[in-house]
Amino acid sequence: MSAAPQQLARVDAALAAARSALRSAADVESLRRAANEHTGKASELATLKASLGSIADVDAKRSVGRAINEALQAIEADVQSRIVELEDADLDARMRSEAIDLTEHLGVRRRGHAHIVTQAWERLEDVFVGMGFRVAEGPEVESDFFNFTALNMPPSHPARSNFDTLFVDHGEPGSTLLRTHTSPVQIRVMRDWDLPIYAVMPGRVFRRDTPDATHMPVFHQIEGLVIDRGITFAHLAGTIESFTKAFFGSDFTSRLRPSYFPFTEPSAEFDIRRADGRWIELGGCGMVHPNVLRAGGVDPDEYTGFAFGFGIDRMAKERHAVADLRDMYANDLRFVRQF
Amino acid sequence: MKIVRSWLEDFARFSQVASDDQIADALTALGLSVESVDVVGASVPGVVAARVVRTERHPDAAKVHRVWVDAGDGTERHVWCGAFNMSAGDLVPLATLGTTMPDGRHIERRAILGIESEGMLCSADELGLSSDAAGILILDPAVAPGTPLSDIVGGPETVLDLDVTRNRPDCLGHLGVARDLAAHYKLRWNEPRTDTARRGPKRTLPVKIVDGDLCGRFSLTVMSGITVGSSPAHHARRLAAAGMRSINNVVDASNLVMLELNQPNHAYDADVVGKGMRIRRARDAETLVTLDGATRRLTGDDLLICDAQDRAIGLAGIMGGRDGEVRDATTTIALEVAWFDPGAVRATSQRLALRSEASSRFERGVDPRGVERAVGRFAALLRETCPQLVVHSGGADVRTASMPTPATMSLRLGEVHRVLGTQVTVRTATSLLECIGFEVRPVAAKTSSRSAGRSPKKAAAKSGPVLRVKAPSWRHDCTDEVDLIEELARHIGYDALGKRVSQSTQPGGLSPVQKRRRLLREIVMSLGCDEAMPSPFLAPGDHEKAGIGVADGVVSLTNPLVAEESILRVSLRPGLLRAVHFNQSHRADDIALFELGHVYPAGRGELPDEYESLCLVAAGADATTAMQWWTEISAALGVGAQVDQSRVADGFHPSRSASLARGPVVLGAVGEIDPRVLRRLGIDGRVACLEVNAAKILAEIPAPAAAKPVSRFPASDFDLAFTVPSTVTAQQVQRALRTAAGSLAEDVRLFDVYRTDAGAASRSLAFTLRLRAADRTLADDDVATVRDKCVAAVTKLGASLRTA
Repeated sequence: MSAAPQQLARVDAALAAARSALRSAADVESLRRAANEHTGKASELATLKASLGSIADVDAKRSVGRAINEALQAIEADVQSRIVELEDADLDARMRSEAIDLTEHLGVRRRGHAHIVTQAWERLEDVFVGMGFRVAEGPEVESDFFNFTALNMPPSHPARSNFDTLFVDHGEPGSTLLRTHTSPVQIRVMRDWDLPIYAVMPGRVFRRDTPDATHMPVFHQIEGLVIDRGITFAHLAGTIESFTKAFFGSDFTSRLRPSYFPFTEPSAEFDIRRADGRWIELGGCGMVHPNVLRAGGVDPDEYTGFAFGFGIDRMAKERHAVADLRDMYANDLRFVRQF
Repeated sequence: MKIVRSWLEDFARFSQVASDDQIADALTALGLSVESVDVVGASVPGVVAARVVRTERHPDAAKVHRVWVDAGDGTERHVWCGAFNMSAGDLVPLATLGTTMPDGRHIERRAILGIESEGMLCSADELGLSSDAAGILILDPAVAPGTPLSDIVGGPETVLDLDVTRNRPDCLGHLGVARDLAAHYKLRWNEPRTDTARRGPKRTLPVKIVDGDLCGRFSLTVMSGITVGSSPAHHARRLAAAGMRSINNVVDASNLVMLELNQPNHAYDADVVGKGMRIRRARDAETLVTLDGATRRLTGDDLLICDAQDRAIGLAGIMGGRDGEVRDATTTIALEVAWFDPGAVRATSQRLALRSEASSRFERGVDPRGVERAVGRFAALLRETCPQLVVHSGGADVRTASMPTPATMSLRLGEVHRVLGTQVTVRTATSLLECIGFEVRPVAAKTSSRSAGRSPKKAAAKSGPVLRVKAPSWRHDCTDEVDLIEELARHIGYDALGKRVSQSTQPGGLSPVQKRRRLLREIVMSLGCDEAMPSPFLAPGDHEKAGIGVADGVVSLTNPLVAEESILRVSLRPGLLRAVHFNQSHRADDIALFELGHVYPAGRGELPDEYESLCLVAAGADATTAMQWWTEISAALGVGAQVDQSRVADGFHPSRSASLARGPVVLGAVGEIDPRVLRRLGIDGRVACLEVNAAKILAEIPAPAAAKPVSRFPASDFDLAFTVPSTVTAQQVQRALRTAAGSLAEDVRLFDVYRTDAGAASRSLAFTLRLRAADRTLADDDVATVRDKCVAAVTKLGASLRTA
């Protein structure tokens, strides 16, 4: 009985000594050394543990043993928390020393800018893709057949003179030209694709126009073509309306008014109305003329369809308030990099 | 086409049902697009009629002269005037001091050469009466000096400027526009007043149409008892508002008939054509002096009006000759009203670059049956100033087989519904079409000839009631059922046809190639290149200047705007290099540009060998930049090519470029632009360039990769450095290493290049190799064996191992 209180006092003293040693350790290494000194083989606590066998009284033996284990656990816990403290202090010191000025930034590679026509082109494609259209393409140098004849404009058709056509020296004279509109792709799509057709055809087109603020000899159009059973003029108007709201915003609306194009009948111009009530002429559209369906190999008694088209460049010009179309094609980096 | 609003009122009482703005909207909704609505002839307070007393040139003033006028108040006023079209006795509009002109100008006492001007003489344009700014407006001499302008020209006129589409020739006259509009408002129709009785003694004129294929109808009517003089004010006003000048009562009547009925006509002095006319093709190289004084050289495609002696007196449907015009002394005229082949008039007018009010009407097609009405209307108008007018019977009216007959066609109401999506009853269709001059009669559905002989499926398609419709003679654009459907749509109103959302029956989307194009553009932009869009047209010699051989042929434009834009490019480089030069001259930094666009080599096919190309250029960057571009693009798109420095493309730096090849097929080129090209183009520094056939690399869509199991075993790494002769490429060494390391090689990578000096015969290339087996941890022996094989393989290339 008599040994127990004395030994418990020694455990307390050993714990106090250990804690004091841990507190004074200035780095992780000396901390571990101190911990080892007070819990290792040669330590007071180890000695006490080894001498437990000499305590005869079972209760006393148990209480001393428990005290030793608690002391060892307390020391380990102190070590762990002290390690975190010391490491944090190290990191704090390192972070203080490695401060940098993030605005000392030497222009690393910057991202290039897409041409604003490309941007408008892709936005338009995206809207039509969302409406269930696929995107079709065709050659820029076209045959007279696809550009005119197949579009219900046989040679000597008066409407041909509405297009200031640029011809190229290839094949028979007058047989090959720079397409004046994206409409020849309609014929190619009708001939190559399976019906029904829901397609848009963006592309580069050419006119013999002297460049000015609103005209370029090389510009871009997007054209839509739908051919299916049961397509009516009302579907044309509805599709134009859906597109108008999807592309320009839900507060825009559209209207069709009669016009004339050889490749559609009935034909229409379509206008959009901005929220402020101003009408803007956008493009042309109409029901695909039966002769055009026939030229594309589609039976007009079974299928009907509509087509519409408008300029892409103007979309870019208006969106970015560009005053002069020529600025868009000057390739001046001071202009290109604004967008 | 300028439509004078009050003129329409002759045909129906539009003002009772609609305002001018509503009428403009209605016309637009009918397809007669109103481009502008202008008010002309609003009287300008302070402007009065003044008689020219005398005019005088001042020796020191070249562009103005002095005019003294009498404004009826007893004082003679002096004004300076820049127009010279008046002479003593003429009556002209004088803006008195203090007048504010329609354009806001204030008329004040002004001095030129120290001499004051007390007012201003005005043109019709300055007064807002018409767009005629050619000279001072000459007023009716019967008006008393001092009369306010408003009393002479009347109140303001609203003028609608219509954009008449090609399919509506009838709307190049007021009557045609009024007809559509009256149908729209369902108003009672008043025919224009005509004077058709040919009471005078018979005056026959023999007319011989030699070339009937170009002239379908030719009529001449003799009218006598004419005194040539000025027109009544209301005629002059209408002409002025429609943008034409008043000439004299005969010419004005002719022009009024044209503007009203879309029936161009020509009044000849009967003395000139009194013995008849011949209508024939011109002989090649025959000449004619037209009214405008120009000598026209003709061909056998041109149609001439000739007198009885076969002397040309007019270019049919386009312009009269200088001789044969009505003169002041003319008392008898022969009035021509005819129908000429539209294509022939268009061809002649285009070839001679000679357009007139008449030709623009004939080339679209006038009403071949409108002759009688035009003659009667002319007589009625002329009688207002010539009460003694006699319209002679006889004359001539010759028709040929080329005179068109109006089409008759079937209209299936089922088809109307199929195209418009709206049901139209027989009654509605009939009434809408009859209002605008079509003749309609119903046909029993069974007798519809259109569905006979078709396949049973089509024959079964319900066509509903069928109408038989005959187009009016002025609507030769209507030849097919669909033309009638458009007429119905216009008169029902496009808005009334409704909007139905058509749901695509297919999934939308970009094609795989289109998606790869967007990816490619994203990569190229992430490489720091800005997108350029140079013109695809080059000047002759531009390719050669950029070092690009065109032995395979280029495509040239046959009708370029300018010679500098007459060649279609076969490479994107000339355009981009020009853009580099342009931006260098504007001191731009970090010039890196790309274009994704078409090039057009001639090829041998029906169309040129057009394809989509990609080109990147960067100023101040060298070939290694271009190689990095290609490495990133080829990795992202999953396409490869041999970098073959033994084949350098035209225009590239001979020792710092390579072709991108697949065996004999060249995909493109990578490296630097030939310094000689840069010198020619005035570009400073090096220019890195990559040009590659985008169509090919976009179309090569890699198959999905099959998964390979990842080894669980550790890798062994080692480095090898060699001294390699300059003639051996790094790519050759790398391939040799990879082959030698065999299936164990996981990665073989060049990590260091060291050269003692630029021109050295060899350099050091250091590679790092990573080996790994799928089934075991590699032993030291395995690694040593591979290492030895690698060294041996590279040594065989003529390189030697560098030892530390």
